Amino acid sequence: MKEFTEEFGAENIVIVLGAAEGEAAGLAAETVTAGDPTFAGPLAGVQLGLRVYHVCEPEIKDEVDPQVYEEQISMMEMVLDIDDIIKEMTSIREQYCKYN
Amino acid sequence: MYSVVKGASYFIAHAPDMVVNNGTTQTTQRKADPNAEYLTQLEKSLRSYEDCVAYLPNQVYIGNMTPEELEGYALPWYEQKALGAQRKGKYGEIMPEDEFIGMMKICDVFDLVKLEAGFSADLKEKLGQHALIDASQLEVFDKPSKEAELRKLIDKEHAEPIYYLGKMVGCIKAAHDFDESLSAHVIFENIVSKASCVLSILHLMDQTDVAKDEIAYVIECSEEACGDMNQRGGGNFAKAAAEIAGLTNATGCDVRGFCAGPTHALLQAASLVKAGLFKYVVVAAGGSTAKLGMNGKDHVKKGMPALEDCVAGFAILVGENDGISPEINTDILGRHTVGTGSSPQAVISSLTAAALEKAGLKLTDVDKYSVEMQNPDITKPAGAGNVPEANYKMIGALAAMRGEIQKAELADFVKKHGMVGWAPTQGHIPSGVPYMGFARQDILEGKISRAMFIGKGSLFLGRMTNLFDGVSFVLQQNSGKGQSEAVSEETVKKLIAQSLKDFAGHLLQE
Repeated sequence: MKEFTEEFGAENIVIVLGAAEGEAAGLAAETVTAGDPTFAGPLAGVQLGLRVYHVCEPEIKDEVDPQVYEEQISMMEMVLDIDDIIKEMTSIREQYCKYN
Repeated sequence: MYSVVKGASYFIAHAPDMVVNNGTTQTTQRKADPNAEYLTQLEKSLRSYEDCVAYLPNQVYIGNMTPEELEGYALPWYEQKALGAQRKGKYGEIMPEDEFIGMMKICDVFDLVKLEAGFSADLKEKLGQHALIDASQLEVFDKPSKEAELRKLIDKEHAEPIYYLGKMVGCIKAAHDFDESLSAHVIFENIVSKASCVLSILHLMDQTDVAKDEIAYVIECSEEACGDMNQRGGGNFAKAAAEIAGLTNATGCDVRGFCAGPTHALLQAASLVKAGLFKYVVVAAGGSTAKLGMNGKDHVKKGMPALEDCVAGFAILVGENDGISPEINTDILGRHTVGTGSSPQAVISSLTAAALEKAGLKLTDVDKYSVEMQNPDITKPAGAGNVPEANYKMIGALAAMRGEIQKAELADFVKKHGMVGWAPTQGHIPSGVPYMGFARQDILEGKISRAMFIGKGSLFLGRMTNLFDGVSFVLQQNSGKGQSEAVSEETVKKLIAQSLKDFAGHLLQE
């Protein structure tokens, strides 16, 4: 992520996550915005502030061919707690995203 | 004719000292910081043998409780105890660590396991009372080592110490001065795996009416590798374990597929028997020291006991159709292929719905699914969620998408077709196989007629591919035709005579 951001510019990057629940999605989102909350790895203390969404959020879903979405994602959409994921992701974006 | 499952056994060795000294989470932590607070805390979080035996999921693993009974207990299970818990169960046993170290010595044919004198004498007495250990196998305890000799091996010759109750009681020597594949560390892992495999096989043979000398082939499917630097994964745990278990007429080999290994191995065993190559094939695997205390940091942080203190094993006997035992239906095969894709939807469809559809079955036609039966008491506090439940939700969601159930029935589907997880988190151990013993029993008792076994493997961990893997099959009630369908020589002669007669008749007509 860090390398891509340096190569293409942070404003040109959107991160799409596929985590299975809100907390895990939130942690990943925090890592690419405010920096790695566990202070491990290359993003510890690095505030990239990138745009970040979960694949089940409407912003991403609306961009995808409905047939492909049906084939690849719809089953997991039924299993996951989408409201919790959206709540968690929105909170992280509101706090740390620099490009909205 | 399909081959059948004649029996299944399950073994646990309680191994708290190996958690501390051999689990990779701990060994890497010790390398990074030998004074880490975690290591001190961990030692205070270890369970006693009695607590390990009384742990509800462990009693299920060895068959003293059913998965349905376990479901009646709310999490966390580590705060409760099984009433009347026993070391021995219908399917196997939970062995204390000292006796298991003794089994490692019995399984060592290269004099690499060295044990201290007092400890050896204790073990000889204790294992002398074990019903499955032969008196001749106890002779290995008659040549113990002096403490000074053990110290020298550990300090100067890279031997790996063996601890019991925190005290050094022996060591495992390196099997070569330079060869890393034969280092004391690798030999330790492999002897633990072999010993737990041997005990699983011994329990299996004890439960079934098939004699040891009738076993023609053994397939071992753990996640360890034995060999030397010129053939690191050369093998062969299967034959090595068969030797100690007394399966004199068996050969065999190792099958690997990460956590999917056991399911691959069962398919191969079922095929070998169905094809008529062998009458009886044993599929078996021992456990892993590396995975002991894998999630220990989370458990300790949360003030829980270190629950990953079990080296586990299993063995399954596949045999020719006896007209009674449940059949392995090799015509309903789920396969995650190279081209399947990696989305959860693609994976779960390929392993369940796609296979069942070919046989004209729906997802709801399978009574029970045995997936990754990881114990949620262990995985949930470590942030890995409830693994079996997540799998059942996915299968249920697939059923809803296919119109087999209503979306609102998803929770009911999970309850009806799923189970709570009870297996120790040892990779290949929870993968599908823990339910084999119960499935056999449930099918024989007519409680269910069809169970699907799903094995999945994270191949990418080996860095040779980015792919994931999985295979599945259905275990079903015996059609009862096993015996009667067998064609006698006389019938064959009659059939040939009849076709020759028909053929001659056609020639005359022409």
